[in-house]
Amino acid sequence: MVISEDTRAAIEREIGKYPQRRGALLPALHLVQQEHGFVSPDSMRELAGIFELLPVEVMEVVHFYNMFHDRPRGRHQVHVCTNLPCSLRGARGLMRQLESHLGIHAGETTADGRISLGHEECLGACAYAPMLRIGETYHENLDAEQAKRLLDGLE
Amino acid sequence: MGLTVPYVTSYLSEHFADDAYATLDGYRARGGYEAAQQALRTSPEDLIELVKESGLQGRGGAGFSTGLKWSFMPTDGGKPKYLVCNADESEPGSFKDRILLERAPHKVLEGILIGAWATGSEKTFIYVRGEYAFPARQLQRAVDEAYAAGILGAKVLGSDFAHDVVIMRGAGAYICGEETGLLESLEGRKGQPRKKPPFPAQYGAFGMPSTVNNVETFCHVPHIVANGSEWFRGFGTEKSPGTTIFGVSGHVVRPGLYELPLGTPLEEIVFEHAQGVPNGRTVKGVIPGGMSMPILPASQLDVPMANEHLRERKTMLGTGGVMVMDETTCMVRAGCVITYFFRDESCGQCTQCREGTGWLHKIMERIERGAGTPDDLDILLDVAGKMEGQTICAFADAAAWPVQGLMRHFREDFEEHVRQRKCPFPESFEL
Ligand SMILES: Cc1cc2nc3c(=O)[nH]c(=O)nc-3n(C[C@H](O)[C@H](O)[C@H](O)COP(=O)(O)O)c2cc1C
Ligand code: SF4
Repeated sequence: MVISEDTRAAIEREIGKYPQRRGALLPALHLVQQEHGFVSPDSMRELAGIFELLPVEVMEVVHFYNMFHDRPRGRHQVHVCTNLPCSLRGARGLMRQLESHLGIHAGETTADGRISLGHEECLGACAYAPMLRIGETYHENLDAEQAKRLLDGLE
Repeated sequence: MGLTVPYVTSYLSEHFADDAYATLDGYRARGGYEAAQQALRTSPEDLIELVKESGLQGRGGAGFSTGLKWSFMPTDGGKPKYLVCNADESEPGSFKDRILLERAPHKVLEGILIGAWATGSEKTFIYVRGEYAFPARQLQRAVDEAYAAGILGAKVLGSDFAHDVVIMRGAGAYICGEETGLLESLEGRKGQPRKKPPFPAQYGAFGMPSTVNNVETFCHVPHIVANGSEWFRGFGTEKSPGTTIFGVSGHVVRPGLYELPLGTPLEEIVFEHAQGVPNGRTVKGVIPGGMSMPILPASQLDVPMANEHLRERKTMLGTGGVMVMDETTCMVRAGCVITYFFRDESCGQCTQCREGTGWLHKIMERIERGAGTPDDLDILLDVAGKMEGQTICAFADAAAWPVQGLMRHFREDFEEHVRQRKCPFPESFEL
């Protein structure tokens, strides 16, 4: 079993909130990803068991949503918003500077597994552009130097 | 972390500067939940009538009458009924729902409770976009407080009405903001919109009669109940009453949130409130209502921000996300960013949308690179025209409209790219 007892219990609590078991599939995927950092094929199989679905049905859902990942990523997920309001205020330039600072392209992970860098669509921070998201936390109104310092501070 | 409070405030946002307003005690100290108490003493029919009379229109983008939508819910008492609060807010340029969730989560809950009573719903699902971790935490804390205080649960505010609220977090898919894509996602599936009819009031969440409303829509409701429909109609225009929270972004001195009456002239928002364009530059164009809405040129900023006026200019209020672009802006680059987004977010069910969004982006890029031909301009319009009104959901229209808007007002930008075989705007924002 790859999904822990605690997470299973939390998933059962989520299931109780919905009129049909499957309603709790997204919450369950969030919980599993919180535990493992990604949703492995083994956890998809176990989730399929919990939800009385085929593994491929769980996989389809994982692949549909940008926030679910089926393979391990860097320890820190850095997402730069590059949608129009942020681009108007220099987000693309910021992204380029971060790419060269880390020596990787958007969509890649540093060789030491420290940081995965990605671009993201509008995050609802349009008045505070440019901005990036590290894990769940927003960092807004950034210039390139501040952003690099933020990344340098990640362990 | 968290948004700064709006610069101009009215009834929705007047207490946002007060951190305590996000807590139950702080909200109650400002009269919170009194409107819900009052609503529970009013018949559902009278409440729906009140909301109809107020003229409140949904603030999620389509602008449909809220009272009318509520009246579509069956009253025969057969099946369980659900309310759904759309907190997916992923229309680029929109960030008003975020501040309502962060600064006034109990106002959202109070609006929901009143809607639940009016429609006879036993449960509300609040679907919060996955990236909104902090807003979702604020909301969860408010829900927990409300249960502990008997505001939610078996006996809402001491009455015989029972209501539960469940918060579900999305996972990064723009299409889950479309109400039936949202319902699919809520049921644990890919967020692919449903064919309509049946509409949610007949066949909604988990197959039960449901009503979907936007976060801000719910927030107006307690104020209408407390002050009456005449009071509400004192704000805004005759056809579009009330205020809305405009989110202003892009090339302005003071980007931010501004709660203003509907019908406020766009130029007042851009030049007075957001203080105009920095660096002594002038405005080139403004997207008035989030990225799906067609752009307006600088010559049309006199338009009052209400649908009846915006429609005359072939655009719409959408979500009230105002995006300002200065004179350096290359409108083909803007088109590249916009079409990339729609290509990426199409759910792929309809051929016109899946293929059309891909084509639009490909041609935009080609023109921007200087490899476009004069025919490409017509092909853009042709593809966009074929996407409109043909698909399962309005996403394809939302992808076509901004391209049509750019071509309507900035065709010269496109022609210059083709003529010069390069981008003629070296000063424009980077792509
Ligand atoms: C592609 C697309 C995306 C949408 N995204 C949102 C959204 O993020 N939030 C929202 O409230 N409504 C969104 N809507 C509108 C909803 O479908 C629906 O009309 C709205 O939630 C109803 O609430 P209202 O009547 O209170 O506005 C979207 C519509 C489309 C076609
Ligand atoms: S219009 Fe586009 S987003 Fe909407 S259902 Fe069809 S393919 Fe999906």
